[in-house]
Amino acid sequence: MTAPVIEVRDLQTRLVTRWGTIRAVDGVSFSVAEGETLGLVGESGSGKSMTCLSILRLAPRPAARILGGSVLLDGEELLTKSEREMQRIRGKKVAMILQDPMSSLNPVFSVGMQVREPLALHRGLSGRPLTERAIELLASVGIASAATRLGAFPHQLSGGMRQRVVGAMAIAAPPRLLIADEPTTSLDLTIQAQYLRLLKDLQMRHRLAMIFVTHNLGIVAKICDRVAVMYAGRIVEAGPVAAIFGAPAHPYTRLLLESVPRLGETTEWLTAIEGQPPDLAALPPGCAFAPRCPQAMDRCRADAPPEFVAGPAQTSRCWLQAPP
Amino acid sequence: MSLLEATDLTKHFPVRRGVLGRQVGLVRAVDSISFAIEAGQTLGLVGESGCGKTTTSRLILRVEAPTDGVIRFEGSALDGFDRDGLRRYRRSVQAVFQDPYASLDPRMRVGAIVGEPLVINERPSASALRERVSALLELVSLPARSRDLFPHEFSGGQRQRIAIARALALSPKLVVLDEPVSALDVSIRAQILNLLRDLQRRFGVSYLFISHDLAAVAHMSHTIAVMYLGKIVELGAAAEVARRPKHPYTQALFSAALPLRPGGGSDEIILAGEVPSPLDPPSGCRFHPRCPYAMERCARDEPLLLPESGRLVACHLYPGA
Repeated sequence: MTAPVIEVRDLQTRLVTRWGTIRAVDGVSFSVAEGETLGLVGESGSGKSMTCLSILRLAPRPAARILGGSVLLDGEELLTKSEREMQRIRGKKVAMILQDPMSSLNPVFSVGMQVREPLALHRGLSGRPLTERAIELLASVGIASAATRLGAFPHQLSGGMRQRVVGAMAIAAPPRLLIADEPTTSLDLTIQAQYLRLLKDLQMRHRLAMIFVTHNLGIVAKICDRVAVMYAGRIVEAGPVAAIFGAPAHPYTRLLLESVPRLGETTEWLTAIEGQPPDLAALPPGCAFAPRCPQAMDRCRADAPPEFVAGPAQTSRCWLQAPP
Repeated sequence: MSLLEATDLTKHFPVRRGVLGRQVGLVRAVDSISFAIEAGQTLGLVGESGCGKTTTSRLILRVEAPTDGVIRFEGSALDGFDRDGLRRYRRSVQAVFQDPYASLDPRMRVGAIVGEPLVINERPSASALRERVSALLELVSLPARSRDLFPHEFSGGQRQRIAIARALALSPKLVVLDEPVSALDVSIRAQILNLLRDLQRRFGVSYLFISHDLAAVAHMSHTIAVMYLGKIVELGAAAEVARRPKHPYTQALFSAALPLRPGGGSDEIILAGEVPSPLDPPSGCRFHPRCPYAMERCARDEPLLLPESGRLVACHLYPGA
């Protein structure tokens, strides 16, 4: 077993808002090895994006504060690094692809300039070799006639093409860790299939550790090795993809898997999860999922469950898994 | 007789340039499509962005007038309706849109939002209105006190319930559902899909269900129409189309739908390239530049939508039964 590229331990991120202090990330721990993909699954507000931003120390300030925990990149602590040091790490060692490619691309610069920038910055290239490498990079993400595309501006490209350019910039260094935050949500189905294949391909070629943030369980089934399910700032269940899809331990994971309509299966009614997503500013004592959980016991409403072993390499924060 | 029948429905948008507004092109958003919506049933419309799904729904809602073709509602053509007829038609056909944050007026209380169609169309007395609004809120499982609250006090799923209650206020015969669950959290989607199905059972309302979520469309629909660049390429019973797609585009689309188990959906067809511009659609079959089975004649002759294995398919692979 190789040492993990990224190891997050007991990460605590708070958001100070008008409605009080929110535990956006509450004791999150996971690690990702070289060439491995971790799916970070959850609904909006579950803390998955905030976890990723905390790793890069990009959580919005002054509202967000990292109160504790540890983020080790190849054994180096990131939480104590200076802003200057972090700037050298972002893009070079840890790259990020966001949902909307236009939030990563500058509309007034050509694609060529934007792809050259990380190459010049992180690899010290200039002149002809720089341009040649930029063309190679664009070609490697499946952009046809890459040389002529250097002069194009983002608005001249389709959504899928823009996301490919962002992908090219992300692997320019190439990084050790790639964080993909819902990168295909704004893409059409057939383009999404193309892009997922490209990401897997890039990952294999550069042995990247990848964190894939999504609310789509289908994507997790397709491209992830392990999965961590988040609810109200906590990882409620984690483990190998096959184990979690085959035998989900936490009721939330199980209901989530059952609530999605399946192609080729005819069911009269879908299994619905009752109630509404949790209000993070007014979480109940005990387990945050208890108010919606069909299996909730008295204990669930009183005490927050710790992490229990639910199977080989599978953990669950649910009292149902408490050893007798 | 079908509730709604569209025949050779076409919508072209002219593209104009310059100060004189000279027409320089034509976007064939919807190009001669025919389909029917049966009473009490759901027609699912799937396809990627730009395929004409939303234009089709706007034609049905009569927000746009078709360039060509006829829509018949309960047997009579929409074009022949006078003011009163059109008014009655608009009462019978309602819509629920994707984003419940954008489709509800943030400055109106929920009671006023849900009651507005009633006030405009039926002028009920204050007490009758209160009663009707309460009944509608109960129908979508919202507490009666919701009427005095504003939309921002609700979560996405609850807002979509408000939008559904409003759409049902006038007991419509057809509701256009344009991506009704796409903006909602995963754990909420099943609630709303179940609610829509329950309402269909109870009131016999028909749905036009538009979505890019193929599994949701297959689950909700009786019939599925697959669109590509303004054309219907496959039309048939939902279970058939979803399980045994015939058109190469439908096959690719359904194979790109994500599996629900690791290792599921292995025979993936990855299409080359992107959807071409509807300003200048490819000759012959519009799908031929991306089709893995494209033959010589596909670039030349446009395939007709013909019967094949119990559904309609527009593809030269099937020699027209």
